[in-house]
Amino acid sequence: MSKPTVPVAAQLGLGDVCRLASVGLRTRRLRAGLSAVGIAIGIGAMVAVLGLSSSSEAGLLAEIDRLGTNLLTVTNGQTVLGTAAKLPFAAPSMIDRIAPVTTVAEIGSTDANAYRSPLINKIHTNALVVQATSLGLPAAVGTTVARGAFLNPATATEPVTVLGAAAADRLGISRVFPGERIWVGDQWFYVAGILRPAPLAAEIDRSVLVGFPAAERYLGFDRHPTTVYVRAATSRVADVRSVLAATANPEAPNEVSVSRPSDALVARATAKNALTGLFIGLGAVALLVGGVGVANVMVIAVLERRSEIGLRRALGATRGQIRTQFLSEAVLLSLLGGAVGVVLGVGATALYASAKHWSIVVPALAWAGGLTASLAIGALAGALPAVRAARLAPTEALRTA
Amino acid sequence: MTAPVLELEDVKKSYPGEPPVEALRGVSLRIDEGEMVAVVGPSGSGKSTLLHIVGTLDRPTSGRVRITGLDTNHLSDRELAALRAQRIGFVFQQFFLAEHQSVLDNVADGMLYAGARLGDRRARAVQSLARVGLGHRGATRPTTLSGGERQRVAIARALVGRPAIVLADEPTGNLDSANGGAIVDLLEGLHAAGATIVVITHDRDLADRMPRQVEMRDGRIVADTAAQPAEPPGREW
Repeated sequence: MSKPTVPVAAQLGLGDVCRLASVGLRTRRLRAGLSAVGIAIGIGAMVAVLGLSSSSEAGLLAEIDRLGTNLLTVTNGQTVLGTAAKLPFAAPSMIDRIAPVTTVAEIGSTDANAYRSPLINKIHTNALVVQATSLGLPAAVGTTVARGAFLNPATATEPVTVLGAAAADRLGISRVFPGERIWVGDQWFYVAGILRPAPLAAEIDRSVLVGFPAAERYLGFDRHPTTVYVRAATSRVADVRSVLAATANPEAPNEVSVSRPSDALVARATAKNALTGLFIGLGAVALLVGGVGVANVMVIAVLERRSEIGLRRALGATRGQIRTQFLSEAVLLSLLGGAVGVVLGVGATALYASAKHWSIVVPALAWAGGLTASLAIGALAGALPAVRAARLAPTEALRTA
Repeated sequence: MTAPVLELEDVKKSYPGEPPVEALRGVSLRIDEGEMVAVVGPSGSGKSTLLHIVGTLDRPTSGRVRITGLDTNHLSDRELAALRAQRIGFVFQQFFLAEHQSVLDNVADGMLYAGARLGDRRARAVQSLARVGLGHRGATRPTTLSGGERQRVAIARALVGRPAIVLADEPTGNLDSANGGAIVDLLEGLHAAGATIVVITHDRDLADRMPRQVEMRDGRIVADTAAQPAEPPGREW
């Protein structure tokens, strides 16, 4: 006979806890699966939204990197009187003398407008600008010719034009063929080529480009450049930037504005999209509904499994062990849904990103956060049913066989 | 002199209501190690309440219950759970087997809350199943077994932790007479091997096969044959 020592309740091992937690999943697969679907959809939506926005950001940044972050633009600012300042004629050549500068190209605004034909009403300018350009422009702004050819020293002196991507579109010109011409200023200009979009210099897209000599001769252009595009050695961009204003206009450096277009693009790429917030919110709602579903299933499970609870109490389970069993079952259910959701979200991201040729980026916040959120939801959803299961008196549980 | 496994002193139990239901009206009972006792009485006599209180599933309203010398009034809920896990085995009329588990794991779960490792539990379950004559059915599911076999599995589960006392609540209630008789034979065999067994039943014939019969009526013990075993058999298991 054992001595009357007070027995001590034994702890369940981790393996036993996991085995008990999976009882409901193994015995009622369809129900468990359906209740996990809500969690999976919520987590999947959130992971996909975060993954897609990160991937698109990575894609944009890669695009910006490809275009080069070493482009600086020098534009004419304002005088102290508030009128438009003029850059000196020699600004491009002076800038070219800064050692780390590799490429310089300039454009100058003319007062002319461009039309499809002289029959077009003068007020229908299509918001196009006619700009004089130096010959190195495509290389400097990081674009190429889509159709035809760019200006050369010969065509730069003649009434010949090259269209920016948007300008060509607005003028209704998609192909270049001999004799294609548009009405610029007060005469026909022949179209030599069409440029591809230049993301770093969007103003080029809206421009009708002519050579400096031609602009001077046919359009009354004053030869003052309005924007100078400068490419510098990437490691020295900051240094070049600091001396650009003084170099471009030594007499009045304050009348020059210098900017780095890639900065604005990076800022735009990394800016939070309002739509992202909306979709995350929708994901959170789905997650909440999923959590309610899990809670509902657990409440039903506790009602259905009263005899099991009674038996376990008779076999010596403490209230805490019953509570742990149902709580861990809810957490397992929810985690399962969360894991499926993460897989779905990453899959959706991978599919879309590879279709767009972006690199696939799923931030750790998305998948780790998703799993943590599903764990927390499971714990919340399981808390009340677990407490109810533990409170059930063993005799009452056994009576309802 | 054998040690008492179970001692009840003037145990009363009433359930709240208008008027309160007095299920036990002062029950005193002593069961020694190695005894086999039938608690018999019609429904409503309080025998199920007695089983719940003896099994520490419920607490008496007043009176004292000692199990293996421990006063249950002085034990916490957690300690009572441990007491059940380590010293009390239950056999229910409805078997309560888990259908998603093998027979062997059902038996092994009898020791789940006693702190043994899974490997040890299974090893003991193999022995316990052999004792009830189902050593060859360990891998099957309970759903493939007959009612009599299921009750044998439940008995194996109750025995697997070698409890100080086995409480059987109408163990033959869901069985035909042939299977029921076989279960009683099994319980008698276990008793002969030293197990302390209390069988709750309303079945007179079944009770008559037990060495000692305690008859209950209206919450009181009205008869006790108090047939002590002449010589307590050793606990071979």
